[in-house]
Amino acid sequence: MTLLTLIPLEGGIFPPGLLTSITFWICAVFAIAGALGVVFFQKPIYSALSLALVMVSLAVLYASLNAPFLFAVQIIVYTGAVLMLFLFVVMLVGVDTHDSVTETLKGHRIAVTVAGLGTIALLVLAVGNAVTTEPVGLEEANASGNVQGLAELVFQRYVIAFEATAALLISAAVAAMVLAHPTRLKPKLDQTAMAERRMQAYAASGRHPGALPNSGVFARHNSIATPALLPDGTVAPDSVSAIIEERVSIPSAEELSAPHAEAVAAIAGGPGEIDADQIPAVERGHDHPGLSNPAEKEGDDHE
Amino acid sequence: MNDPYIVLAAILFTIGLVGFLIRRNALVIFMSVELMLNACNLVFISMSQVHGILDGQVAAFFVMVVAAAEVVVGLSIILMIYRSRRSTSVDNLTAMKH
Repeated sequence: MTLLTLIPLEGGIFPPGLLTSITFWICAVFAIAGALGVVFFQKPIYSALSLALVMVSLAVLYASLNAPFLFAVQIIVYTGAVLMLFLFVVMLVGVDTHDSVTETLKGHRIAVTVAGLGTIALLVLAVGNAVTTEPVGLEEANASGNVQGLAELVFQRYVIAFEATAALLISAAVAAMVLAHPTRLKPKLDQTAMAERRMQAYAASGRHPGALPNSGVFARHNSIATPALLPDGTVAPDSVSAIIEERVSIPSAEELSAPHAEAVAAIAGGPGEIDADQIPAVERGHDHPGLSNPAEKEGDDHE
Repeated sequence: MNDPYIVLAAILFTIGLVGFLIRRNALVIFMSVELMLNACNLVFISMSQVHGILDGQVAAFFVMVVAAAEVVVGLSIILMIYRSRRSTSVDNLTAMKH
């Protein structure tokens, strides 16, 4: 019993084979679009999702070719397991990696285009026309069920290959475990070693052994991507983690103090009630004395 | 007639080949290889239909098993390379050049 025989339309109002060819043309378009996506998307994550499209389209084609077991296996093993593995690895290593678009080998793209055109010409012209007989169809072979027929072949004629597959799978599992546990190149640092290293760095370069300055907390900004300001109005260098600096745009010292400067300017340019000697006092507030004093202590030690 | 299936498989195989040759991200190269394997599976299954025997489907089944094993090992190698080099570009893998 194949999937298609479950659909009562075939042999009814539609001529035989019509549904199969409609399925073919729809899936062929999706498969080719997905395949092009795999190759030409710049980000690996889009490539992986395009590959999922190809695999699902091929699974539908398998179903229409009287291979219901492989239809299920294609979706479970390929789309389910292999693709998810790909997505995991893309998420682990490749999310922010882009392919460089510059050519490192001269004439590489032209050569690839020629190779591609040659391959497709050979395959389509030579192999594509090799089938001259009408397909026999699998009705007879699938008479006692597709899964039963496959099981008979796998466990009788191809049983040696099946056993070899078992060996292959266990080696792959062992290989993955071996590769996933790299040998440690340096011994793991414990707390004592790290404290010692800090003190040595302090002795050698004067680097402050204590905690790094925390991020700036202002009226308008309080995220950890906000640098603390030193009393002279500059940014405390270690107050934002280097990892955050890579990913987010960090507001500059001017941006951080701009609202304050505006307020000061507005007060200074106001209705003339402020005495001239008050302005320097406000100007001193500009440096956020309460906030940047800890940073000041840290910052001094860094010099 | 099963010619359209063969032609579709040929197109998919060629796209996979071009991707294999032109891309430099090891992950995408791997996906292109998977694409070629899938194209071959399509030929196996359509030929199974043409000849009316199930051996083609058994072959496609074995290809899937081998592909699954290959992906596991290949991806862990890519992960290892990424750990030591912080890159998945095959341009950087020149340690065995000389």
